[in-house]
Amino acid sequence: MDALFSQLFAGLSLGSVLLLAALGLALTFGQMGVINMAHGEFMMAGAYTAFVLQALIGDAGVSLLVALPLGFLVGGLLGLLLEVTLISRMYRRPLDTLLVTFGVALVLQQLARDVFGAPNVDVRAPAWLQGAVPVLGMNLPRTRLFILALAVTCVVVLALVLKLTPLGRRIRATVQNRDLAEASGVSTRATDRLTFFVGSGVAGVAGVALTLLGSIGPTLGTSYVVDAFLVVVVGGIGQLKGAVVAAFSLGLLQATFEYSTTASLAKVLLFVVIVAFLQVRPQGLVSVRTRSLA
Amino acid sequence: MTSSSLPAPTPPRSSRARSLALPVLAVATALALSACGARTAAGDTGTAGSTGAASCVDTSGDTVKIGFLNSLSGTMAISEQTVRDSLDLAAEEINAAGGVLGKQLEVVAEDGASEPTVFAEKAEKLIASDCVAAVFGGWTSSSRKAMLPVFEAKDALLFYPVQYEGLEASPNIFYTGATTNQQIIPGMDYLAEQGKKKVFLVGSDYVFPRTANKIINAYAEANGIEIVGEEYAPLGHTDFATIVNKLKASGADAVFNTLNGDSNVAFFKEFKNVGLTADAVPVVSVSIAEEEVGGIGVENVAGQLTAWNYYQTVDSPENTTFVAAFKAKYGEKRPTSDPMEAAYTSLHLWKGMVEKAGSFDVAAIQEAADGVTFDAPEGTVTVNGDNHHIAKTAYIGEIREDGLIYPVWESDGPIEPDPFLEGYDWAEGLS
Repeated sequence: MDALFSQLFAGLSLGSVLLLAALGLALTFGQMGVINMAHGEFMMAGAYTAFVLQALIGDAGVSLLVALPLGFLVGGLLGLLLEVTLISRMYRRPLDTLLVTFGVALVLQQLARDVFGAPNVDVRAPAWLQGAVPVLGMNLPRTRLFILALAVTCVVVLALVLKLTPLGRRIRATVQNRDLAEASGVSTRATDRLTFFVGSGVAGVAGVALTLLGSIGPTLGTSYVVDAFLVVVVGGIGQLKGAVVAAFSLGLLQATFEYSTTASLAKVLLFVVIVAFLQVRPQGLVSVRTRSLA
Repeated sequence: MTSSSLPAPTPPRSSRARSLALPVLAVATALALSACGARTAAGDTGTAGSTGAASCVDTSGDTVKIGFLNSLSGTMAISEQTVRDSLDLAAEEINAAGGVLGKQLEVVAEDGASEPTVFAEKAEKLIASDCVAAVFGGWTSSSRKAMLPVFEAKDALLFYPVQYEGLEASPNIFYTGATTNQQIIPGMDYLAEQGKKKVFLVGSDYVFPRTANKIINAYAEANGIEIVGEEYAPLGHTDFATIVNKLKASGADAVFNTLNGDSNVAFFKEFKNVGLTADAVPVVSVSIAEEEVGGIGVENVAGQLTAWNYYQTVDSPENTTFVAAFKAKYGEKRPTSDPMEAAYTSLHLWKGMVEKAGSFDVAAIQEAADGVTFDAPEGTVTVNGDNHHIAKTAYIGEIREDGLIYPVWESDGPIEPDPFLEGYDWAEGLS
């Protein structure tokens, strides 16, 4: 029973990590159709933001709280730069975008290596995030609870932005029918840019959060970007709720498989399940209904 | 780019995006797979008829060429750069002291690029076109296994400075890192001495941890220790919640850790977060050296144990000199670690062999190698002429708050290398 609950929590926690990593992609890939392989490097930039801030501020608690918004800004600005300089030139060439952004990812990794050195760096968790909270006889690590809460917060904020704000309306309009949106006076260019800024910014936030769990090094992003794409593809393109459901399902599945088999086999089984699932439902869990004629 | 310049008609976003899903999945899968395991080199060793090729090493002048082959790019660069640095230091010292047989060393440096096939190609280049007298380098077992046929076919010498999984002894390779009976077995000896009865094994999913754990299982069976769990994580695995849950549920009183690289960070953070401590459940690691401690975070590993043959804190006059020289050359902040020391030692051992043989000739060196000793920073080491490994002292170290590792236990003198574990009854049938 104990094991069941701890595994349930492990799965939810893994899901929240996947969700944070995938949320930005759900916007840039899901909504805009841009395959951005440098998404993981925006996370890495967020993680290094947390590292630099901790070195500057000293207090682990304050620096973490400052790092969250600043990580958003750093990730977002990097994304904006990438969008304006490269991606905007190849909106109709998705596979070229894939290669170009992959190149950008390698450049960013080497940049991090040159600036911060090849060895990993360490960000201390603040005192209030150390240790575990006893719940129903289990010890739930505070860092994981924090990340779970952060992921949920990010989803809620993003969902509200998409539902309620003018920006959100423009994004949804552009996704559903770009031509019609343009004809109605929506500047799709500006919308694209802002979407990319927000999506990349969320990656930065994810990077800050990940400093609590794993290693912080130049290749931090590569370990998450594949999983993030999986979440978006399984979730279905164009809707946040797909990504949410997919992230938690994959997290729980991975935790279950890993508990009953081994970590390596769990990964394989997960891929098998995903491939089988996409055979049945190539559009993913949730798909946008559109009234455009194609 | 304005919208009017876009080619019409524009396909609707959603369906186009949907059609991207499959290619992306394919790319993602390919990436994930390629991340899972270094390709093993098919060893493109023999350009036609290279067997018994006459050595082209030029010893007529007052210099002699040697080759350094380490990864300076790619995932292994982080580790192998440190080995290169200490090789450079050793070459500098030897040259300042008058060289080898009166000849100054001329280093030809190559980048193995973290790719076994590149290691094989560059080794061939160093031997055949640069005509070096010996090559120093390699880190991963796959890089060594890719180079082995090249060195055997060309009858050249490789000095390999990293602890590895044993079960190998090539006449053309000198292994200056530990084999299993100089690192893994002492680690288990220590746990047995501490009265640990239930050991949990965690490792990365590749050859070294699997071989090490096979040995540990046999050792445990012979010594009344129960292995309460054995878990492998793919290289680069970042989430250890499940594995640590299993560890906790197993009731283990010690952990033997053969995880590699970044996975250690996630593992130790998780270990600490669920409330496990080094006092109650000590973790013995074989892949965490001084440089890695900072990246994992001292607060996450303080009190944990490591098994190596050298630490920066080893108390010997040779080590004091080595550490001072290294820091003077590369900066006060750079720690020294086991593979670095083994690389430094390898160059000095080669010098000893050449001087004993009175020649740079490979056959003469192989002949002279047995019994060559060097007062290394780790203590005196001696070359075993039969298996080309070296006798080394084993140290169990404790990671302390200052980020350094301090010896808490050492073996009774240097341990004779036994790569095939022939001297251990319980190890019968392992290889």
